[in-house]
Amino acid sequence: MPHPYIPNSVAEIKEKMMEEMGIKSIDELYADIPAEVRLERELEIPGPYPEQEVKRRIEGLLRRNQRFRCPPFLGGGVWPHYVPVVVDEIVSRAEFLTSYTPYQPEITQGMLQTLFEYQSLICELTGMEVANSSMYDWATALGEAARMAERLTRRSMILVPYLTSPSRLAVLRAYTEPVDMKVVQVDYDEATGLLDLEDLKEKINSETAAVYIENPSYLGFVEEEMEAIAEVAHDAGSLFIVGVDPISLGLLRPPGDYGADIVIGEGQPLGNHMNYGGPLLGIFACRGDPKMIRQMPGRIIGMTTTVDGSKRGFVMTLQTREQHIRRERATSNICTNQALCAVAAAVYLSLLGPNGLRELAELITSRAHYAMRRIGELPGVKAPIFSSYHFKEFTVSFEDKTVGEVHRELLSRGIHGGKSLVEEFPELGETALYCVTELHTKEDIDLLVSALEEVLEG
Amino acid sequence: MRRFRQADWDEPLIFELSYPGRVGFIPPKAEPEVSDAAGDIEELVPQNMLRREPPRLPEVSEVMVLRHYIHLSQMNYGVNSGIFYPLGSCTMKYNPVINEALASNPGLTELHPEQDESTVQGVLEMMYWLKRWLMEITGMDDGTLQPAAGAHGEFLGCLLIRAYHEDRGEIDMRREIIVPDSAHGTNPASAMMAGFKVVEIPSGEDGCVDLEALRSVVGEHTAGMMLTNPNTLGIFESDIVEIAEIVHEAGGLMYYDGANLNAILGRCRPGDMGFDIVHLNLHKTFSTPHGGGGPGSGPVLVKEFLSDFLPVPTVEKSEEGYYLSYDRPKTIGKIHGYYGNINPMLKAYAYILSMGPEGLKEAAEISVLNANYIARKLRKVRGITLPRAPKRPRKHEAVLSASEMERETGVRTLNIAKALLDRGLHAPTIYFPLIVPEALMIEPTETEPLEALDAFIEAVREISEIAYSKPEEVLSAPRNTSVTRLDEAKAAHPKTLCLSWRMYKERFGEG
Repeated sequence: MPHPYIPNSVAEIKEKMMEEMGIKSIDELYADIPAEVRLERELEIPGPYPEQEVKRRIEGLLRRNQRFRCPPFLGGGVWPHYVPVVVDEIVSRAEFLTSYTPYQPEITQGMLQTLFEYQSLICELTGMEVANSSMYDWATALGEAARMAERLTRRSMILVPYLTSPSRLAVLRAYTEPVDMKVVQVDYDEATGLLDLEDLKEKINSETAAVYIENPSYLGFVEEEMEAIAEVAHDAGSLFIVGVDPISLGLLRPPGDYGADIVIGEGQPLGNHMNYGGPLLGIFACRGDPKMIRQMPGRIIGMTTTVDGSKRGFVMTLQTREQHIRRERATSNICTNQALCAVAAAVYLSLLGPNGLRELAELITSRAHYAMRRIGELPGVKAPIFSSYHFKEFTVSFEDKTVGEVHRELLSRGIHGGKSLVEEFPELGETALYCVTELHTKEDIDLLVSALEEVLEG
Repeated sequence: MRRFRQADWDEPLIFELSYPGRVGFIPPKAEPEVSDAAGDIEELVPQNMLRREPPRLPEVSEVMVLRHYIHLSQMNYGVNSGIFYPLGSCTMKYNPVINEALASNPGLTELHPEQDESTVQGVLEMMYWLKRWLMEITGMDDGTLQPAAGAHGEFLGCLLIRAYHEDRGEIDMRREIIVPDSAHGTNPASAMMAGFKVVEIPSGEDGCVDLEALRSVVGEHTAGMMLTNPNTLGIFESDIVEIAEIVHEAGGLMYYDGANLNAILGRCRPGDMGFDIVHLNLHKTFSTPHGGGGPGSGPVLVKEFLSDFLPVPTVEKSEEGYYLSYDRPKTIGKIHGYYGNINPMLKAYAYILSMGPEGLKEAAEISVLNANYIARKLRKVRGITLPRAPKRPRKHEAVLSASEMERETGVRTLNIAKALLDRGLHAPTIYFPLIVPEALMIEPTETEPLEALDAFIEAVREISEIAYSKPEEVLSAPRNTSVTRLDEAKAAHPKTLCLSWRMYKERFGEG
């Protein structure tokens, strides 16, 4: 039987084509493959299965993933958020979903304009002038931002807070080691969690390419001295890079307001499902300084007109920064990025608008504070361990039980608690990172609290 | 020839549809106890961190947002919505709809990457087996699914080369990565990202690696060589075993750029050709959609001796089930925040199940048959030639040249591309590889019917005829797309550069 995906697999069509080409067998087209490297057996992989069987098998496979009584209380770089149905409707349109990078702008204006709108929306949200059309994720955006700072300053060290996601830190190291950049960590205040400004001033020097701060931080608290940090960085001739959870910007000041030179972040909350951690959406924005723009990584869409000047249009621009033109002198090797996730983000931000985003951010932080209060009231529990304001994630520490014990007990009750920090930050004791969003209703939080109560009594 | 007219909605920017007070989505209200617990939000947030000015996002109703983006989608060309997408090097094959349906299952979409392993056995099982199947398809011993795209895989591959030489105490000496002048631009750029110096070697007359040129550059400085096979001309590097020997004898590693794997599925394997590291593009060879620029997925497969350097975690299997292993003492660390792009992985997994061993081999063979059919017919078109070893068969793609037409009529490859758009056909990749002047890089893939191949050939023939009779008609293409030719110089010029709504308003006032 011919395969449904291969129209010319009908024997008669193959014969007809070969006859026209003057060949007797498809083998002739493979004659230049030396015998010693030919595979003389069939590949050992399953299939082929008809659609119905593929569906049955994969649905069976996915049923082996466990569902919970409420969304997991997990964050840290990917967060459970609601995805409006209009977003999924748009990103499943075949015209967007199944197109390649818009190399032929006249026939791909839809994708180009949407990405231009995405860039523009990110600029409004972060308070920056320019954004690219996406990086792979937050972690790689951090790696690329560090490399960009290295190119701009010709310096070889980056300062990052001690309380940073170890996973993002590992990616930062992988991106910066090849150019011998050092990653140095700055201490925190034990009461508030906030960056220790004195330590920052001590560690910053003439080799510091950039100071990187996440706001909200990995452990959920909000840095308060961003302007002071920016000043320290700029006084030393370093760039100030800020990492954000974009949802928080409905409520928190945009980094462009307090001196950020580069803003990065994870765009997944903007209309993208968690998908077990990928695809994600690396946000990358910077100031409108031409020197900086020329050093940006990634695709950038620009507005132009038709050659006759009669109509507005959009194209990929400043391509002389990119690998297909500049090869080993490019600012980055990235070409395929996360465009469709950027489309989702554009639709999402357009739906919410300024008011929707503000309401959402307020709802999230209210729910998080309700959860912190209720959990913190439990005996032998502290939530959060730092005294600062927390946006949607917060630390919970247990005196009488281990994080592992609590986790397993919750799981047996159909609830997925927070992420253990015991291995990442042993000095914080038996502490976990919890996350609450608009998906966690009061009822869900109450369910968690009563389960925790049982667990801790047991 | 069918008539084509792309939608043109003259669509405003979403910002231009804004009207104060409108909203397209309303989040739920906080429950009273919740509001009480938080108190006054403006008091809760540190005063110097509170946003005083709302972001200037557009205010648009749901129906307007929906229509806006549907209009824009209609001004875009996809492989599942168009009629022919022969974009060379990109393997724009049909993206099976069943895979989309399966990947939208909440059992996948709602999984958090930090969930307890016991609760994600299904997705771990998928990742475990997908990697094993890719190892079998490429003839490699181990691997990772972490890279989010092909270039990301290349970067990782170069980091692995680095780690290998570092482990042997030779990294200070081995600074060079060799790439042919026909290579994808990502190869040299990835090598640069990983801190290497790039040594480019000229291709031979036949478009393949020139063994003498290779011998003259390898040595103790060689860290490795990056190669795609079949190469970017669509020609199989028949000397591959010798090439690998030359590089290995010099102490370098062989890196396989998997962009062109589609041609040889089930016929031969990079691992058997002497490659040590392979990256694949699931969004090319394994049918996952490219989303207008991504997300893709670029798994990297390696030979056993590089296994220790792979990024963490990898999915392993024990008697209790599947788990994430961080046990790689010499790991290069991580190149992605989590485990890579899971959603394309599931689609590739489904694709392999749908194809099976004979289906993948059939896909390769028909992709090659289709490419050669086009190449043989197009080279007879006036003004079009098949440079470099015209007698050798091509694999999945063929690179033709319109140099002659350009010389004789002034109609360039760019103009042919735009004239194809006017006929509802996507253009091939143009002006690549750089070693072919006025290049048209055509990759029809196996999922196109003979009728589409013939329509494409006929379209090029017609364009050629017009070029030789009324060239100005071709030069003014396209006319049937949403917009006519765009001014790319204006887009990049410092005086007219406009990269955001914010810049637009600064330039043109409150638009």
